Amino acid sequence: MAGFYTSCVVRSLNKQGFRQILNVHPAACSNVQNKRLLHFKYYPDTKPAKQGAETKKMNMFQAINNALDIAMENDETAVLFGEDVAFGGVFRCSVGLQDKYGNDRVFNTPLCEQGIAGFGIGVAVAGATSIAELQFADYMFPAFDQIMNEAAKYRYRSGGLFDCGKLTIRAPCSAVGHGAVYHSQSPEAYFAHTPGLKVAIPRGPITAKGLLMSCIQDPDPCIFLEPKVLYRTAEELVPQGDFVLPLGKAEVLLKGDNVTLIGWGTQIHVLLEVAEMAKQELKVNCEVIDLMSILPWDKDTVYESVKKTGRVIVAHEAPLTCGFGSELAASIQESCFLHLEAPVMRVTGFDTPFPHVFEPFYLPTKWRCIEAVKKVIAY
Amino acid sequence: MALFYNISMAAVIKNVFRAKNINLKLIMSHARTFCDAPKFPGAKTSWTEKLEISHAKPQDNLPVYRVLDREGNVIDSSHEPKLSEEVLKKMYRSMTLLSIMDNILYESQRQGRISFYMTNLGEEAAQIGSIAAMRDDDMVFGQYREAGVLVYRGMALDVFMNQCYGNNKDLGKGKQMPVHYGNKDLNFVTISSPLTTQLPQAVGAAYAFKRIKNNERAVITYFGDGAASEGDFHAALNFAATLECPILFFCRNNGYAISTPTYEQYRGDGIASRGPGYGIGAVRCDGNDVLAVYNTVQLARKYITEHCKPILVEAMTYRVGHHSTSDDSTAYRPKEEIGMWSTTENPIGKFKKYLVTRGLWSDQEEQQWTKEARTQILQSFNKAEKVPKPDWREMFEGVYESLTPDLKSQIEEMESHLKVYGANYPLESFKSS
Repeated sequence: MAGFYTSCVVRSLNKQGFRQILNVHPAACSNVQNKRLLHFKYYPDTKPAKQGAETKKMNMFQAINNALDIAMENDETAVLFGEDVAFGGVFRCSVGLQDKYGNDRVFNTPLCEQGIAGFGIGVAVAGATSIAELQFADYMFPAFDQIMNEAAKYRYRSGGLFDCGKLTIRAPCSAVGHGAVYHSQSPEAYFAHTPGLKVAIPRGPITAKGLLMSCIQDPDPCIFLEPKVLYRTAEELVPQGDFVLPLGKAEVLLKGDNVTLIGWGTQIHVLLEVAEMAKQELKVNCEVIDLMSILPWDKDTVYESVKKTGRVIVAHEAPLTCGFGSELAASIQESCFLHLEAPVMRVTGFDTPFPHVFEPFYLPTKWRCIEAVKKVIAY
Repeated sequence: MALFYNISMAAVIKNVFRAKNINLKLIMSHARTFCDAPKFPGAKTSWTEKLEISHAKPQDNLPVYRVLDREGNVIDSSHEPKLSEEVLKKMYRSMTLLSIMDNILYESQRQGRISFYMTNLGEEAAQIGSIAAMRDDDMVFGQYREAGVLVYRGMALDVFMNQCYGNNKDLGKGKQMPVHYGNKDLNFVTISSPLTTQLPQAVGAAYAFKRIKNNERAVITYFGDGAASEGDFHAALNFAATLECPILFFCRNNGYAISTPTYEQYRGDGIASRGPGYGIGAVRCDGNDVLAVYNTVQLARKYITEHCKPILVEAMTYRVGHHSTSDDSTAYRPKEEIGMWSTTENPIGKFKKYLVTRGLWSDQEEQQWTKEARTQILQSFNKAEKVPKPDWREMFEGVYESLTPDLKSQIEEMESHLKVYGANYPLESFKSS
């Protein structure tokens, strides 16, 4: 399933070294667009995520690599596998791990997502820690049956006799500037409709390490979606050693009392900029919440904020209809009805496939978000 | 050698042999064959200048290995497995117990006492013969027509019945349809309805076993000829081969997937022929000959554990019963065909003749055993029927390892609802906490 983009990445890797990976235009490897246009400004986490911990500057793929390294080190049963993980992965997340842990622990599988997911479940059922990589979230769908009919229901249907809680599935997700239809998708809502799964999405290196380590240790099967545009864009001082962030817990990144902005992954950085704009241009104080866990999600943190601000905007890259924003909007409406001063707004991708050249018009940009802020304030 | 063959080398050879007046054509053809192998990374092969389409030929179809003839006589005594009287009788008792239990539970579904059932009729030998040749701690991933495996491993009748009733003694806690058995102590992974999903999972489990020091455990996974058409079959065989896993793929080829005959399922030589395409060794045996199945699986198990490689076994059999209680198979196959397989080609009958010939079984023993088995099954069945179903709160357990805040609030919501509307729900058949 890994498509054209991947082969471009690999080719450019050989020719130009790692730094070029995300700069290569998928449609024209020879006609490299050197200028990278990001639709967001990256806001690194500057607060220490863990008091007194030794930190090291890392980008997101390095933080993920570090989490995987620690997981492999701590647990002799842990295995890491997927398409092209042996040489380090097409996004470098597993670089160096095969050399360190051997080819029986870090290995390539045949190119078959349903096989990777099914195999991963089996490893976990036999009691070993199973870390599977699906090369792009866009290619998770061949594994959908294994993930939702099998992994999610293993413990339930067996009355607890068997489970695959030691399974974690990682996949790069979301917009990357030029990923078009099959290298840009954000499929979290499909999984959010599946009891039995846990779904988490980081916004940068620190959250990537903390959430991934939690997913690997969690007793339930986890889907860990990594916004691929952040792999190299994002750099932070990442706590070294064991470091976990709880699943099911959101984080208030910016305090405010006029509007609550909720998002996850890359969109958080868009929302942080929107909050800045709102403050400067509209004198509006936004509270920004990173949901971090899509399933189960942190209702307490969200409701507390909405009850305070009375206005809420949910923003995500995935399409509007039945996106996870719909679940948030409905739940907020049900639980915070008397506190709401305006309808819950959703700023999302449109109900189209993710387009190639139209990406700038497709995304829930800061301009679309600030317009929503104006609307909820004026309502 | 191939590395040294190049154009200049060819020119040298040409000149030398031209000078000596030797048959140049012959020499060059030898040089091509031995020095000029194709260098493509995708296959180790040779060149040809003949243009031909490769066809599977019916005469090359894999033969069906058997030990017994239709009359239960051993054809070649060197192939008679050296099994004790005790084991042989255990195999026979398991086969008959399975078939008696099937008939009783099938009838009970017809009477509306359980919601669903699937019999194993006609496939008793395939199930019992295979599991008898595995070790007790080998992990089993099944499809749904493998209850015989559990019978042979000694699962109590009560455990079967409790599952079919989904009562509060059911190990699966009433979550799944009848016949979706699971048993941790007997290393039998809980059955699920989606077909073939268990195959790549079984490969993963085999891989995990392989990594355990001094591991002696293997994995066997069962599936039907229809299930082998799913993508997960392809995934599993290819993963098992490339990742070198000690796994035994056991296909029950019973001729039908619900109403679909094998002619509409595939056009190759059954399922076994697919093994070599994946680099996996394959054996085909008479699934109605319990001794043939035993020998086949014994050989296969030895192979997978010694070589840490998979094997594909295809047991040829016939689904004598309907697909399930929701199916009337006479709508798509002639009664005469079913009749033949339930009489002259019956696996239990064939094995019984063998045991009787060897003086290990008699009609008197048969009568006594049948009566005893029937009584035990009925007792167990009636007992299970009276056990209340689990507390309805069990519905929320096991989704995750522990209840999430959302699930806790959904339990509370249902509690308040039942306080008001409880009379409209079948609370009396459920255990109350």
